[in-house]
Amino acid sequence: MDDELKGAIRKVLPDVDCVIGWGPGPDPLRSAPFFMRKPEEVDAFVVGPLAVNNPAVFLPEYKGKKVGIVVKGCDSRSVVQQIAEGLVKREEVVIIGFPCSGVVDIQKIAAQLGQDIEPGMVTSLSISSDKLTVNVKDTAKTMDMADVRADKCASCQYPNAVVSDEFVGTPKEGKTDDYADLAAFEEKSIDERFAFWEQEMSRCIRCYACRNACPLCVCRDHCVATSREPHWLNQADSTREKLFFQLIHATHLAGRCTGCGECSRACPVGIPVGLFKRTMTRAAARLFDYQAGTNAETVPPLQTFATEEPTIKEREW
Amino acid sequence: MSVLTGKERRIVGFLCNWCSYGGADTAGVGRFVQPTDLRIIRVPCSGRINPLFIVKALLGGADGVLVSGCHPRDCHYAEGNFYARRRLEMCKNLLPLVGIDPKRFEYTWVSASEGQRWQHVVTEFTKQIHALPPAPVFPESPEIERLAACAGE
Ligand code: SF4
Ligand code: SF4
Repeated sequence: MDDELKGAIRKVLPDVDCVIGWGPGPDPLRSAPFFMRKPEEVDAFVVGPLAVNNPAVFLPEYKGKKVGIVVKGCDSRSVVQQIAEGLVKREEVVIIGFPCSGVVDIQKIAAQLGQDIEPGMVTSLSISSDKLTVNVKDTAKTMDMADVRADKCASCQYPNAVVSDEFVGTPKEGKTDDYADLAAFEEKSIDERFAFWEQEMSRCIRCYACRNACPLCVCRDHCVATSREPHWLNQADSTREKLFFQLIHATHLAGRCTGCGECSRACPVGIPVGLFKRTMTRAAARLFDYQAGTNAETVPPLQTFATEEPTIKEREW
Repeated sequence: MSVLTGKERRIVGFLCNWCSYGGADTAGVGRFVQPTDLRIIRVPCSGRINPLFIVKALLGGADGVLVSGCHPRDCHYAEGNFYARRRLEMCKNLLPLVGIDPKRFEYTWVSASEGQRWQHVVTEFTKQIHALPPAPVFPESPEIERLAACAGE
């Protein structure tokens, strides 16, 4: 499939500014965003379980130029949502899709190795259909792919690009998403949840990697987190401010988040910040029967309304 | 220190200018007895209410937040409260995940003539908040604690 995909990228190249995909990263375990402009650059293109990051995050910056993008199923939903919200124009993007079999979670690999993996530590790597062998300082460790796959892949409903101009490979069957992660979290009492976040958010270093990795956080220099006017967040190193930023992100993503999981993945201290957005996604599905990133024609639920809302149970006083 | 310290809770109310603020005024003019915990902030329309107002109030130590606007189909700006209803309902869904009791936040509709209804809403909501423990408070950042300690000396 790799060669066919490279063929599709080369075919698209003459018509676009560049094609965004994945390329070699700091070590064999990590790929990096890759911007291909010349046919010979396509040789280094990487795809498969290591194509972890979501290239859609770069798309809005290219507005006004035509670009190509290679997308996993989840990435394609980000693109669809960007189009639905007018952040990206459909005619300015060439979408290359493929059936995705899931990507790895580096944290899980680190857990299997029993140590943190600093960039550069992994000397070589080999992947078969269900096994992954990692060489760290000349000791090899083989693990089951199923044990190191990203959580979002276990409930992936759209492994194939939702929309594509070129599709390479045979489409795969999607899974169902029953929000088991939220249900597990909700086993905790209200007080336990508060204590959990107080503990987790105290580790936040306010790097905003979670925001910067988000393909739908497009405000850049105008993000309310860094604005002084209005001054939503102060500069104090307090857990409250850190948690408040997460709630800003969640409310700004309400009914928009497509669940690509990049916020949690990008967090350098491993805070499961995706849970905040997941709860909004579930609410949008329950209340408005809306799933972001599946249809560029429907209006996101908070940009519209109905005069009667049968699903909203208002409080009777 | 106020005589009400310990007896009152901090409740923040966001009321739209055209209906609910008028309703609260009607209740006042009619001299309806109401609990005194509520602090009212007047906004032009319930559609003006950013869900972050609610979140910030709650994280800042408010024990409860009450939002009230014009009844659906009665908005001064025709549709502000329709947008508000969706946003506020989504916000209500977020709170329990964070560990904030969703009973700390309610939204409702009160028109300018409904003084009696306003009295009822405030009384009920205040009761509801008093039934809960005081809101969890975040410790200040270590730097601020240190500064506060210096200032105290
Ligand atoms: S957190 Fe909100 S304001 Fe900041 S970039 Fe994201 S959407 Fe924009
Ligand atoms: S990525 Fe993690 S550490 Fe950085 S701001 Fe977000 S939650 Fe905090």
